[in-house]
Amino acid sequence: MPAVHGGERRWEAEAAPGMAAARPLALLVLLVLGPGGWGFADPPRDSLREELVITPLPSGDVAATFQFRTRWDSELQREGVSHYRLFPKALGQLISKYSLRELHLSFTQGFWRTRYWGPPFLQAPSDTDHYFLRYAVLPREVVCTENLTPWKKLLPCSSKAGLSVLLKADRLFHTSYHSQAVHIRPVCRNAHCTSISWELRQTLSVVFDAFITGQGKKDWSLFRMFSRTLTEPCPLASESRVYVDITSYNQDNETLEVNPLPTTTYQDVILGTRKTYAVYDLHDTAIINNSRNLNLQLKWKKPPENEAPPVPFLHAQRYVSGYGLQKGELSTLLYNTHPYRAFPVLLLDTVPWYLRLYVHTLTITSKGKENKPSYIHYQPAQDRLQPHLLEMLIQLPANSVTKVSIQFERALLKWTEYTPDPNHGFYVSPSVLSALVPSMVAAKPVDWEESPLFNSLFPVSDGSNYFVRLYTEPLLVNLPTPDFSMPYNVICLTCTVVAVCYGSFYNLLTRTFRIEEPSTGGLAKRLANLIRRARGVPPL
Amino acid sequence: MAAAGAAATDLEVVRGKRAALFFAAVAIVLGLPLWWKTTETYRASLPYSEISELNALQLRLRVPVTVVFTRESVPLDDQEKLPFTVVREREIPLKYKMKIKCRFQKAYRRAFDHEEEALSSGNVQEAEAMLTVPQEQAEGSLTMYVISERSSLLPQDTMSYIGPKRTAVVRGIMHREAFNIIGRRIIQVAQAMSLTEDVLAAALADHLPEDKWSSDKRRPLKSSLGYEITFSLLNPDPKSHSVHWDIEGAVRQYVQPFLNALSAAGNFSVDSQILYYAMLGVNPRFDPTSSSYYLDTHSLPHVINPVESRLGSSAASLYPVLNFLLYVPELAHSPLYIQDKDGAPVATNAFHSPRWGGIMVYNVDSKAYNASELPVRVEVDMVRVMEVFLAQLRLLFGIAQPQVPPKCLLSGPKSEGLMTWELDRLLWARSVENLATATTTLTSLAQLLGKISNIVIKDDVASEVYSAVAAVQKAAEELASGHLASAFVASQEAVMSSERAFFDPSLLHLLYFPDDQKFAIYIPLFLPMAVPILLSLVKIFLETRKSWKNLEKTD
Repeated sequence: MPAVHGGERRWEAEAAPGMAAARPLALLVLLVLGPGGWGFADPPRDSLREELVITPLPSGDVAATFQFRTRWDSELQREGVSHYRLFPKALGQLISKYSLRELHLSFTQGFWRTRYWGPPFLQAPSDTDHYFLRYAVLPREVVCTENLTPWKKLLPCSSKAGLSVLLKADRLFHTSYHSQAVHIRPVCRNAHCTSISWELRQTLSVVFDAFITGQGKKDWSLFRMFSRTLTEPCPLASESRVYVDITSYNQDNETLEVNPLPTTTYQDVILGTRKTYAVYDLHDTAIINNSRNLNLQLKWKKPPENEAPPVPFLHAQRYVSGYGLQKGELSTLLYNTHPYRAFPVLLLDTVPWYLRLYVHTLTITSKGKENKPSYIHYQPAQDRLQPHLLEMLIQLPANSVTKVSIQFERALLKWTEYTPDPNHGFYVSPSVLSALVPSMVAAKPVDWEESPLFNSLFPVSDGSNYFVRLYTEPLLVNLPTPDFSMPYNVICLTCTVVAVCYGSFYNLLTRTFRIEEPSTGGLAKRLANLIRRARGVPPL
Repeated sequence: MAAAGAAATDLEVVRGKRAALFFAAVAIVLGLPLWWKTTETYRASLPYSEISELNALQLRLRVPVTVVFTRESVPLDDQEKLPFTVVREREIPLKYKMKIKCRFQKAYRRAFDHEEEALSSGNVQEAEAMLTVPQEQAEGSLTMYVISERSSLLPQDTMSYIGPKRTAVVRGIMHREAFNIIGRRIIQVAQAMSLTEDVLAAALADHLPEDKWSSDKRRPLKSSLGYEITFSLLNPDPKSHSVHWDIEGAVRQYVQPFLNALSAAGNFSVDSQILYYAMLGVNPRFDPTSSSYYLDTHSLPHVINPVESRLGSSAASLYPVLNFLLYVPELAHSPLYIQDKDGAPVATNAFHSPRWGGIMVYNVDSKAYNASELPVRVEVDMVRVMEVFLAQLRLLFGIAQPQVPPKCLLSGPKSEGLMTWELDRLLWARSVENLATATTTLTSLAQLLGKISNIVIKDDVASEVYSAVAAVQKAAEELASGHLASAFVASQEAVMSSERAFFDPSLLHLLYFPDDQKFAIYIPLFLPMAVPILLSLVKIFLETRKSWKNLEKTD
């Protein structure tokens, strides 16, 4: 059965009561606020940073990633009067009413093709402690403008100024990949984590099909992609920047050209490779004032050679196999393409209860040999209550393909539990891969408040690894589907059988039977007698 | 041989008849009840008659008034008659099915020594401070002090004084008919402090016919268990204005004391937010003479809708929301004024929308633009803003200005901005409104259930209905005995239970089960079974009649 690359919507919420987990945070002590009430006006207790990263992908497509980060130095979970400025009231109320520890909600349309596009830029932040975690995925739902509008309303500048003017729904949904998300989490205000702030990150990433939008060329401009240009920074944002990935620009001066020329560049190790970005700061008046608007353009001077894109170290594939409607097999292929380093992967699978997993058939093989996971956590499903939860820590040998497969049996649902179009099939949510992938270049630990937002998404624990979270394809499984007119047919048939039996039984019991004397008449007999008389034979 | 055969046939016919009758009997005695029982919808019994009685309920609102006479307030021989009690009942004329009667129960007594002492002090405030400290009065009750005609407690030309708590002072008279004259004055003051036709008409605005009571009466919010109050600062132009408001301080200082005083009427939560780039829905007109912009009265209704989509709904509760918006107009449209019907600018530069909230336009001082470059830092004067918002809040809660009788002195408001007897008056109104709402809900539920036999009535729905009926009755009794606080609580319970019953999802389970599907299932079974039984019954009936006729003939 083919994997479905269609609509996919993820929904994650974490509610972890108790202390905030200490996170790998800035080494520098951030601006530590005084205890307040010192007689002078408080410094702004919330701040907004916005950022757009444009990355040409190896396949020729263009990925644009927006991030809007609101940080609020407030104890939201305290009860009482609440006053909001940049932080949206609706989300703040949610946190204080339900004592949320973290919330990650993402709406995704399309599938991130890790094999061709490289590791995804935006992942959920690293928090593998899922003990109090609520995690759910709705693969069936379709993401639409009606999801984008409320998301835009959460932005302080709405879509009137700053980077958010580019968010035009008809362009954003005309893409190969669209993912919008809301991440709320507490962050430490200082190195000792004595007080916390709340961080809201609104992220949106889209992948434009460069060949369609650019009429066969790989050149792009902001106007061609979004049909808008940047005119002014959001006055509320303390930082408003556009980063353009020009990594190959540095190696060979002749391949591409960005217009206007960047005033500064930024270099860092991103996802294990060294990257160079052109930086455009919207608060820098020179950038916009020249032409009243900023229309970034990138032109390839030489058509880039059709070299095979570099394969990422970790990517995965998932499919359902088997025939018939009774049994099947779920297989996940995990690729480690690193030439000499093995690394562990945490695989999290939630399978709906109507696929009854046979755990004894769980096999993990790499390079033809059995691979024993160092950690397995399995929580069996309960019918109609909770899905299967399977979590494994698997060591992936260098340059190998690891196959994780498990057999299942399809359950019969109650007839009211089927969806309106049951023959479409039932979705199985993607599995989640979290891994520390060895990086090509050693990276330095970053200061969260100072470095660009896209960099602070994936904390670097030590320089030789970087964190990646991948999602596989959602699967579509056919369940045995009954004929839905069947109950009525059964009723009709049974009633008819009962009625027929009853009818003959009734006749048998109530009719009176009497022996009929043979009567003396009959047309045939009279005719026969007439003939007989004519022949002179005595009548019958 | 033939006779024997005929006899056997007769026997067979009789047996056939009996068998057919037996079939019919089994079908009717056993089959029908079994079918009836198994396909019946469960309907718990409901107090239909009690619900219909609720509509003819007579509400007696008893206001206990204690009237205290000081030594020189009435002639001596009249003082001899004290203490005694006078009851004055009056029907409040409203076009409503419930009869509402207002009953002032005046208990006359002589003043105690400490009261005499207090009332002989120099001014009213002092006297009040001395009087009200030792005794706490029950909700809804009033105390009137009758002082001497020549007392200097009140200014010369005033006849009465209404205090901030549940007390009032009335001048006495030396006259033969002293009790009658004073009694009339007391009723005037007591009505102003508790129940008037207006207050009840406003409370019942939803239940009264449209024509008589204008939309003005529909201003107050509907009664609810709690309310959410949201203050929003709209800054459509953050490039030019950097607006700061000390909402925390303002809420703490002005709003919270008012809400604390109101806390008997419901739970309140207060939020605030700042919305940027939130525009009004209408373009203001330019007035060249004053070089300012204005919004005229008929464009005000269009202002709210576009803003409302930005306000956001509350994620945390289901209580009704009251919005108070402070709009700082953008630089291109300032100063902005709101005009009334005659074209004159409104002094407060604010307006309110019934049951929704209020909007105030806050213009930035034009001098600020010259002093510094953009964005201009604007510090909002919260005193000015909160004055307007609190006045609107009072209006939206239905706390109207009292109709003071002539020559009456009204005390200044307390620091909370709400007088105790105003709260009582609100509770009276809300109790009556709750009772009306609960009764209407119960009546329509009973009508609905009576009309549509497909609806399942579960036991818990029935028990909610019973408890709602009981709560209505209890509230009515408590009102009649003058216990306002418990009456209000009971009336809230009545509303809650009745709404829970009315909106119970189990009522809808079988409501839409279509009849044609039922027939499609029954016909294949019932038609082949019923037709032979009916036919043989008809046959038997016809034969019996024939044989009777034969018998008659032979006779």
